[in-house]
Amino acid sequence: MGMYLLKTTAFAAGLALMAGSVAQADEGATLVINEELTIATTAKAPAHLENIDEITSGWIYRTKETQALQMDDFDNPAFVFVDIALDLWNEVDGTEGKSCASCHTDGPEEFAGLTATMPRIDKDGNLETLTEVVNRERVEKMGAKPWKYSKTNMASMTALIGLQSRGMPVNVAIDGAAAPFWERGKELYYTRVGQLDISCSNCHEDNYGVMIRADHLSQGQINGFPTYRLKNAKMNTTHGRFKGCMKNIRAVPYKEGGEEFKAIELYLASRGNGLTVETPSVRN
Amino acid sequence: MKIIIATAVATVLGATVAMAGATKPQDVAFEDGAVAVSVSGTAGDAAVGREVFANRRLGNCLACHVNSDMPELSFHGEVGPPLDGAADRWSEAELRGLVANSKQTFEDTIMPGFYIDTGYFRPLDDFAGIPILNAQQVEDVVAYLLTLKE
Ligand code: HEC
Ligand code: HEC
Ligand code: HEC
Repeated sequence: MGMYLLKTTAFAAGLALMAGSVAQADEGATLVINEELTIATTAKAPAHLENIDEITSGWIYRTKETQALQMDDFDNPAFVFVDIALDLWNEVDGTEGKSCASCHTDGPEEFAGLTATMPRIDKDGNLETLTEVVNRERVEKMGAKPWKYSKTNMASMTALIGLQSRGMPVNVAIDGAAAPFWERGKELYYTRVGQLDISCSNCHEDNYGVMIRADHLSQGQINGFPTYRLKNAKMNTTHGRFKGCMKNIRAVPYKEGGEEFKAIELYLASRGNGLTVETPSVRN
Repeated sequence: MKIIIATAVATVLGATVAMAGATKPQDVAFEDGAVAVSVSGTAGDAAVGREVFANRRLGNCLACHVNSDMPELSFHGEVGPPLDGAADRWSEAELRGLVANSKQTFEDTIMPGFYIDTGYFRPLDDFAGIPILNAQQVEDVVAYLLTLKE
């Protein structure tokens, strides 16, 4: 398995060396947002997971300071982008002279629960992500140009829609027509890539909870996406994050919006079945 | 000053000599995970090896290993075991094998093979067909690891 979970000895040694550094995550902290919404940051692993008993949100591995930013919407920088999305929601665009609001008259609240089930199989049997749904709406219903997969307007809109599911359990379907896509995602998750020859699982399954240089490894869950990162001060999409992880191991990333990343997204979402949607989350 | 110049010259010379006598990654002979002879054909320089060990673009060994010999650097990783006393646990040949391709010792390890140039998929263009460390850097790191005694 290549596991070397030095959770006791090395962790203590590491802490000794890093005293006073940013490494002080509070893995036992409870996430309560706006003093009213309690988020389950740990859950029993879904049955399909063979090597993990408990699934955990990436939030618990972050420093106290980063954790705090997600506990109040006034402090959470992602809400700047949620506001941008509300403006876009009302903005007329395209040949039909319509905005999202023209048809979705009850507001984005209509989409409560949607993100918790994405990605999903569309009516033609293809795997579709929320990003693709938004672009389909823009193109087909508004006669507008599609947005780029990971651009700020798109990431903001999917954050606004995701927020409507905040507090709900992740519950993506992996059976039936979704099964082949899920299998593909699983295969990619366990495949080593890049000059460093490392798989997603090597870091996020075999070694979560330990430090990899200055970073505290999480399970690589996506229940908080899109996520605001302090590192680049913007909303980051799942595919953007996958890309970053692949580049770090010197691998050519798959295409954003491409079959591979969509399959990985489905597989990762399913590894979080039972966790709570945290969108929009804050990470370092 | 003199010492510094001497080291620099030695490094440059080392690199030149390395080119001539180096063993190509695919020709490195492993025996039970160990590699008996220098892959560069020359001895390693422990001082240079220490730099290679810490450098994020080269060994980046610190990403995964605690090393008490480097208290001046923060953020020692914990993915692998601490390397304190590595030279007490492993022979020179074993350490060379571990650096060149640790999968020969620990099948399925997350630790990258630092002297392999094939067998990995989708490498970024800049890194395709080349090992992470060159032959002399491998020897330098091995020389450095040999100083880690308790
Ligand atoms: C060399 C180790 C490594 C590998 C391999 C790796 N990652 Fe990561 N990943 C990290 C680190 C470090 C972070 C930032 C800290 C954290 O959340 O783990 C991260 C973060 C993430 C996050 C964000 C988690 C959150 O809570 O916001 C996701 C999602 C992710 N990775 C997915 C992947 C996928 C998919 C792959 C495979 C294509 C992959 N990673 C491969 C190291 C790795
Ligand atoms: C011309 C009217 C119209 C416009 C404009 C429109 N939509 Fe829709 N949208 C619909 C209808 C009708 C449905 C349900 C049937 C379907 O999927 O086509 C829908 C479905 C959706 C869904 C999927 C809901 C689900 O539960 O499956 C999302 C998400 C969505 N719209 C978002 C948007 C966004 C965001 C915009 C603006 C960028 C937008 N829509 C613009 C009419 C519209
Ligand atoms: C991505 C993480 C990672 C990186 C980077 C890494 N290692 Fe390792 N290393 C490991 C793991 C994990 C082990 C334990 C073997 C196993 O079970 O997989 C290990 C084992 C070792 C061992 C044997 C451990 C002992 O003392 O018993 C040595 C020596 C070693 N590594 C040296 C290095 C050197 C030198 C570098 C840099 C050139 C390096 N490692 C880079 C993860 C890493």
